[in-house]
Amino acid sequence: MTSTFLPDKRTGPGAGSPPPVPGRPTGRSRRRALHWLTAAGFQLPALVLFMGLVLLPMLFALYAAFFRWGGFGMPSDYIGGENFTRLFQDDVFLGDLWRCLLLVVLSLAFQLPFALAMAVLLNQRMRGRAVYRMLFFAPYVLSEAITGILFGMIFAPDDGFADQVLGKVGLEGLGGEWFADPSTVMATVFLVMTWKYFGFHMMLYLAGLQAVPRELTEAALIDGASAWQRFRNVTLPLLAPTLRISVFLSVIGSIQLFDLVWVTTAGGPDHHSETMAVTMFQYGFKRYQVGYASAISVVMFGISLVFALAYQRFVLRRDLEGATTTMRGDGK
Amino acid sequence: MAVPLLYAVLSGFKSTDELSRNPVGLPESWVTSNYTQILGSGDFWRLIGNSTLIAVGTTVLIVAVSALSAFSFARFAFRGRETLFTLFTMGLMFPFAVAALPLFLLLRSLDLLDNPLGVILPQAAFGLPMTIIILRGFFRQIPGELEEAATLDGCSSFGFFWRVLLPMARPALGTVSVLAVVTSWNNFFLPLLVFTDSQWWTLPIGVQQFQGQYSAEYAKVFAYLVLAMVPALAFYSVAERQLVGGLTAGATKG
Repeated sequence: MTSTFLPDKRTGPGAGSPPPVPGRPTGRSRRRALHWLTAAGFQLPALVLFMGLVLLPMLFALYAAFFRWGGFGMPSDYIGGENFTRLFQDDVFLGDLWRCLLLVVLSLAFQLPFALAMAVLLNQRMRGRAVYRMLFFAPYVLSEAITGILFGMIFAPDDGFADQVLGKVGLEGLGGEWFADPSTVMATVFLVMTWKYFGFHMMLYLAGLQAVPRELTEAALIDGASAWQRFRNVTLPLLAPTLRISVFLSVIGSIQLFDLVWVTTAGGPDHHSETMAVTMFQYGFKRYQVGYASAISVVMFGISLVFALAYQRFVLRRDLEGATTTMRGDGK
Repeated sequence: MAVPLLYAVLSGFKSTDELSRNPVGLPESWVTSNYTQILGSGDFWRLIGNSTLIAVGTTVLIVAVSALSAFSFARFAFRGRETLFTLFTMGLMFPFAVAALPLFLLLRSLDLLDNPLGVILPQAAFGLPMTIIILRGFFRQIPGELEEAATLDGCSSFGFFWRVLLPMARPALGTVSVLAVVTSWNNFFLPLLVFTDSQWWTLPIGVQQFQGQYSAEYAKVFAYLVLAMVPALAFYSVAERQLVGGLTAGATKG
């Protein structure tokens, strides 16, 4: 229950007394105004920051998307929806959409189940459990830039760790260009993504598993359920809220992926690992087509928003509050 | 999972020559010069200093502003409260990349490029939604009787906030602070946009530049990467409980 300051207790919704008559100043309405002013005063700094540096730029991006604009002065060359029609004929951007979908599917199909399996494993009483937890979660704390560069060197052709190890065990054939070969670059990016983020999902699941009462799985055990049945019919349903949130974060993260790709490949070779955010950055900051880049921003936001709203409506329903208590890269 | 990290640490102790001959095993002779050279250079420490300054500035700002706002959301009933709160929660879905271009132009016109405030202010603004949500949940759990008692004793609402609520909320404040520090420390995109002058570079930018500059000297770059990881990992090992607690607190509630 929300508790409020005393004055409001009497005037808040559901209070028995009638609301004060407007236009006739009474002690109560004055007190109420004061109450409102106090509440607003506490909100003011947050509002100023948020409006000025989050909402305003967002709205401006929406506005700029309708102009041909190089980023100097104010946009003046209005071209209507031309940026958007161009976007959907741009092979790079269409490729971004395709790659985004690919990352979403790969994450849901491999990364999250892997994280779940590790979480179930680490939830057992076992030696060195705390160490494993630390270890798996540690990559999440490292910055994307550092992770990206580390793996850039590990997967460097020929000299890199991956190729050399494969060479040592007689599997030269499996080694290769990794980040530099169009056919393997996305798989390599996904591998690094998994290394970086799976620990985060694992931690979420571990926390969820803590909340599964031991009596329930024990009761199922007594009833003769196999390990798989206990997992499938007891643990999994109880873990569902955590899973829904983890899926949500994973998808949003895939849509907005930037840092890791920028540091490892900058979208190359020949756009084969570009994401929407990378394309946006290329146009906006390298080629000074800011209007066009803004259109990419807007579409990216649109996709995030549609997904978020649909997911909230159909899957999360009212537990949005849980979904939101998690960090984004800042960006994220 | 640990293999890449171990590999980096060991490689830092090799010479680049040895690294290409003997990538996997222990170093033939432990070369410490890669590490000591970096630690001996002022540049590296300046990056750490900049990252620290920005992380601390961001954290103080986020926590102060969010605490005020969360207090008002949790403890006052006012017209438009739910709408406003929804607006903040929506903020979580705003990808930073979407705002990046206009934000850059805004910062340019405010003359905040190559100024730490140019990173601190937007980072704080984008960190607000999550922090407000966590703190609001926590502030709500503090019993209303405390507030009534404080009010009867003549405490103003700010007095209650400052003298009663904040001290009680210390664990929650710790959690959001740790989150803010980690997010700020790892931020790459924003400092990349804002700082063209190397004097202000933060650690992630510095690492990227170093790698570009010494791309042929693998062992050096590995040593640099390892040293760049140390602060984050050290911070993590100290603040692990707060960090993991903060990430999971809300996520399991649903």
